[in-house]
Amino acid sequence: MDRGAGAAAELCEAHRLAGHADRVWALAWNPAPGAGAGPVLASCGGDKTVRIWKRAPDGAWHCSDVLEDTHNRTVRSCAWSPDGKLLATASFDATTAVWEYNGGDFECVATLEGHENEVKSVSWSPSGSLLATCSRDKTVWIWEVQPGNEYECVSVLQGHTQDVKMVQWHPHLDILVSVSYDNTIRVWADDGDDEWNCVQTLTEANNCGHSSTVWSVSFNHKGDRMVTCSDDRTLKIWDTSADLSQPKTGEGHESWRHLSTLTGYHDRTIFSAHWSSEDIIASAAGDDAICLFAEENSSMVEGPSYKLILKKEKAHGMDINCVRWCPQDPRLLASASDDGTVKLWELRGSVLD
Amino acid sequence: MVMGLINANPVIHEKKERRVRQAPETTDENAVEPIDQLEIFDHIRDIKDPEHPYSLEQLNVVTEDSVELNDESNHVRVTFTPTVEHCSMATVIGLCIRVKLIRSLPPRYKVDIRVAPGSHSTEAAVNKQLNDKERVAAALENPNLLDMVEECLSPTFD
Repeated sequence: MDRGAGAAAELCEAHRLAGHADRVWALAWNPAPGAGAGPVLASCGGDKTVRIWKRAPDGAWHCSDVLEDTHNRTVRSCAWSPDGKLLATASFDATTAVWEYNGGDFECVATLEGHENEVKSVSWSPSGSLLATCSRDKTVWIWEVQPGNEYECVSVLQGHTQDVKMVQWHPHLDILVSVSYDNTIRVWADDGDDEWNCVQTLTEANNCGHSSTVWSVSFNHKGDRMVTCSDDRTLKIWDTSADLSQPKTGEGHESWRHLSTLTGYHDRTIFSAHWSSEDIIASAAGDDAICLFAEENSSMVEGPSYKLILKKEKAHGMDINCVRWCPQDPRLLASASDDGTVKLWELRGSVLD
Repeated sequence: MVMGLINANPVIHEKKERRVRQAPETTDENAVEPIDQLEIFDHIRDIKDPEHPYSLEQLNVVTEDSVELNDESNHVRVTFTPTVEHCSMATVIGLCIRVKLIRSLPPRYKVDIRVAPGSHSTEAAVNKQLNDKERVAAALENPNLLDMVEECLSPTFD
C-alpha cells in the first residue's frame, strides 16, 4: 500500500471481530503485551463478558479468552495496568473486577465494591499504583493498589452533580480528569499530603465548555492537551502551559484553557475520542461515523487549530461507542459498536498537507 | 393496588380506526420496504399506561402526529404528551416507547424520544434521561423497572 506523501488519507477496514452477543461498549489495547507478542485488545459490553483478541503470526485475529461469570450486568469499561499484567473491568453491577493472566487463563483476583450503583469507567494511574473508578452515584473513587491483590479506597471525590461518565489519568502525572452527565469536566489532584481535591472545573458558562453530557476524555502523548466529546455534538481541545507537577490545593487554578471547538462533523452524540501517539484524534459517534482530526500546521498566526483529515461514514451499522489507537502500531485503530462487532482499521496515505 | 394516582381522572379518547395495510406491490424479497409514520404509530399506540388500564392512544399521550419520520436518514422522533404536567411516570412511558421501537424497527433507525414542549415541569431533565442510551441500558437491567415496562408492553385483549 502506498504510504508515501501525496496519497490521500483513507481508513481501510482490515478486520471485523465478531463474538459479542450484545452491544460492545469499550475497548482497551494492552500497553505491554510482552516481548515478541503481537498486539492484544480487550473488549467488553452488554453481554456481560470481556473478550481478549490476539493477532496470530499469519496476521489473522482471533478471540483467545472470554472473561465471564463474574459480572452479572453490562461490563461498561475495561483498562489494562501500565505493565500490561492486570485488566480492570467496570460494571453496571456496581463492582470493578481486577483480572490477572496466570499463563493459561484470566483469573479474577480482586473485586472492588463500594459504589452505590453502575460503575461506568476505570483507569490506572501512570505508575499503576492507583486506580480510579466513577459511577452513576456521582462520585469518583481512588483506590490504592497494595500487595497481595488488595485495593484500598483512599478517597471518595464528590463534586459532580450527576452521573460521572468517564475517568482518565494524565499520561505521566497523578492528575485525574472526570467527565459527567452534568456537562462539566473536573480536574483532580493530590495536594502533596494525600488529600485529593478538585483543582479545576471546566463549564460551559466559564470556560467555553460543553452544553450537554460529556462522554469521554483523552490526553495527547505529551500530556499538555486533552480532547473531550459530548452529547452537544462537539469535540473540544483543552491546553495547558502550567507546570502540572506542582501540588495544588483547592479550586481556582486555571491550568487548563479552551483551545478549540470542533463542530459540525458529527450529527449525533459523540461517544468517544482518542488521541494517537502521532497526534491524530479519532472520534466516534451515534451517527455511525468515525472522524479523524490533526493539528493544522499552517495557521500559527491565529494560534493552533485542528482540521478534519477524513470522515468514514457508515463505519458500523449502528452507534459507535469507542475508538482506540493501538499503542504498538499508531496507524491501527479499533472501534466498538452497538452492532456487536469490533472493527480494526488501517490508516493509509498521508495525513499532512 | 395503586395509592394516590398521579392523575386520578384521566380523559379517555376514542381509539382511531386501524388502517388496513396493503400488501407490498413488489415481490422482491430484498427490496427495502419503506416504513411510514402510521406504521410506527401502530407500534406504540397500544402501549398500556403505567397507571391506568388504558392505552397511550386512549389517553392522547401519543397520536399519529407524535411520530416524525425521515426514512431516508433513518431518523424517527416521537413526541409524547404526559397527561399531567408533573407526571412522574413520564420517564417510564418514554422508556416503554423506546423499548417497543427497539424491538419493532430495523436496527438502522435512530430514535429520539421527547415530551411535548411545555407539557412537563422537568422537560429538559426527562428528555436528557430518555435519550442517554447508557441510562436506558442500565434501566433495562433493573428487574423492577423491566417488569414495569414489560407489563405496559404486554398485549391487551379488549
